[in-house]
Amino acid sequence: MTLEARHVLEFPGGYTRTTGPVIGRFLTELRDGRVVGVRTAAGRTLVPPLEYDPDTGDAVTGDFVEVGPVGTVESWSWVHTPRRSHPLDRPFAWALIRLDGADTSLVHAVDAGDVRAMRPGLRVRPRWRAERTGHITDIESFVPEVTKIVSPVRVEYVVKPGLALTRFLKGIGEGVFVGSRCGSCHKVYVPYRLSCPECGIAVTEEVELPDTGTVTTFAINNLPDPRAPEVPFVSAYILLDGSDVPMIALVGGVPAHEVRQGMRVRAVWIPREEWTPSMENIRWFAPTGEPDVEL
Amino acid sequence: MREVAVVAFAQTRHSATDEGRCDPELILPPLEEVREKTGLRTFGFTCSGSCDYLAGAPFSFVSALDALGAWPPISESHVEMDAAWALYEAWVRLQHGDVDSALVYGFGKSSPGDLREIMTLQLDPYYLAPLGLDQVSSAALQASAAGADRAELDEIVRRSRAAGRANPYALDLPDPQGDAYEVEPLRPYDIAPITDGAAAVVLAAGDLARELCENPAWITGIAHRIEPHYLGMRDLARSTSAAEAARAAGVDKGHVDVAELHAQFSHEELILRRALELPGNTAVNPSGGPLAANPVMATGLIRIGEAARRILDGAASRTLGHASSGPCLQHNLVTVMEA
Repeated sequence: MTLEARHVLEFPGGYTRTTGPVIGRFLTELRDGRVVGVRTAAGRTLVPPLEYDPDTGDAVTGDFVEVGPVGTVESWSWVHTPRRSHPLDRPFAWALIRLDGADTSLVHAVDAGDVRAMRPGLRVRPRWRAERTGHITDIESFVPEVTKIVSPVRVEYVVKPGLALTRFLKGIGEGVFVGSRCGSCHKVYVPYRLSCPECGIAVTEEVELPDTGTVTTFAINNLPDPRAPEVPFVSAYILLDGSDVPMIALVGGVPAHEVRQGMRVRAVWIPREEWTPSMENIRWFAPTGEPDVEL
Repeated sequence: MREVAVVAFAQTRHSATDEGRCDPELILPPLEEVREKTGLRTFGFTCSGSCDYLAGAPFSFVSALDALGAWPPISESHVEMDAAWALYEAWVRLQHGDVDSALVYGFGKSSPGDLREIMTLQLDPYYLAPLGLDQVSSAALQASAAGADRAELDEIVRRSRAAGRANPYALDLPDPQGDAYEVEPLRPYDIAPITDGAAAVVLAAGDLARELCENPAWITGIAHRIEPHYLGMRDLARSTSAAEAARAAGVDKGHVDVAELHAQFSHEELILRRALELPGNTAVNPSGGPLAANPVMATGLIRIGEAARRILDGAASRTLGHASSGPCLQHNLVTVMEA
């Protein structure tokens, strides 16, 4: 049998540390919402300030200068799963940030939301805590500068279908596809229309078409659409029997990858008592099982 | 400069989990092994390297002395860092000229605690430790600054783990796989495994070294250099201190047959190779290196031991042992040994 014990090393309340004049000045300014660096004798600005110039070991000057608060990300790593000790509880970046006016880089967290937002050169600025105590975590994290906004757009309209479409939808309300035949070129159009787009003349002859047809081409849609029953769904051009121009409609009752050009389909109507003058009367077109048509 | 050589080296069969040995129990087998190899029971100087935070107890290295037999009183010292620096101290002590032998050992169990949290405690307490910047996150910052090539890193890990599987003291780890990140851009396998273990080295000077062993690994150069602690004050893509230590140790004065590098993350090997200017035909980490076994606080000493072993065995004539300490290769020690 293995003997085991839990052992915790902890300093209740934490260590008390004195800061000295250099680190103390930095933390004091941080509490006031400013970031300062210290000048070395050689004229470099160290951020965060150190007591000694890391290049020479000489004491730094007493010259403190405000830097940033905006800075540039030099390199970064991305924490996919934050640890208990980390400053943020959601995925974030650690970054070396060169604050404007500084000659060295500050290590801090960047709350960028998504790893794809991170890149060298990214401009970031501090997000300050409301209650600051003079601690490196007075900056909760850095956040990317504003470089784009999202503007919501929404306008509402009342639309009427026009005379021809009204005639067509009334037909649909009665379970009939109404088309029109051009007196000049004799082409049959469905939905019903008042003019022939080829000949440019008014059309007056109405034709009733069956609810069967053939798929001429189609698309498999993988994005949800409020008008579609499920994802993926198939939208297809269907050439109704007796017409010369295909109309667009949904295809259903068949796995999306089995839909093909030349497939014979028939409209699937919702129950008659629910009919209105609307294309919603037709749930979709479903395969009839007849042999495919050569297009 | 007094002639000093590594005359014996031993290490534990390292383990990935706590096998229930306390520190003195871990140290005892390698100590016994180097005593047996050299026939020495007492040493002019004894120096160890370890870290109390690994055990979570103050002065834990003192109780580890139970493995030594420290009565009547011995001349003893300890460094709170990798035992490679204990070896450096012992080398300096032997330069004094009044003692001829030194025992150096290092030990560490990283399995009882959370190494990532523990290593945060080595950071400066004002700017870095309070952020909770853990060891893997800072290493990932360095990997990103170095812009390491993924295929190159994968190859380093594959080579190290394969070599480790052939090394009876290292861990048995599979080839790298999976595309998950630990901290991007580092994958879990880019990180040295959690390991418990210990190692011991005997140094001897001049004629004693020749007496104790057939092929002493003479230390012809040893130097260490350190850089600023704060990561933002350095160019993380390069290791200036490793380059300067290598120059001071005279790495470039001859061909290096074998280099054992203390690279705890795959990208560190790339940075170190560049800094040490190792030629392409130098065998790097034939033991598997830290990516195959990383008994923290002994890993650096093991690099020197493994590099020395190639000379003790007669397999190589000039080797290099490297050790590192501090975040992101802050402090580097380079030892050159010759037959």
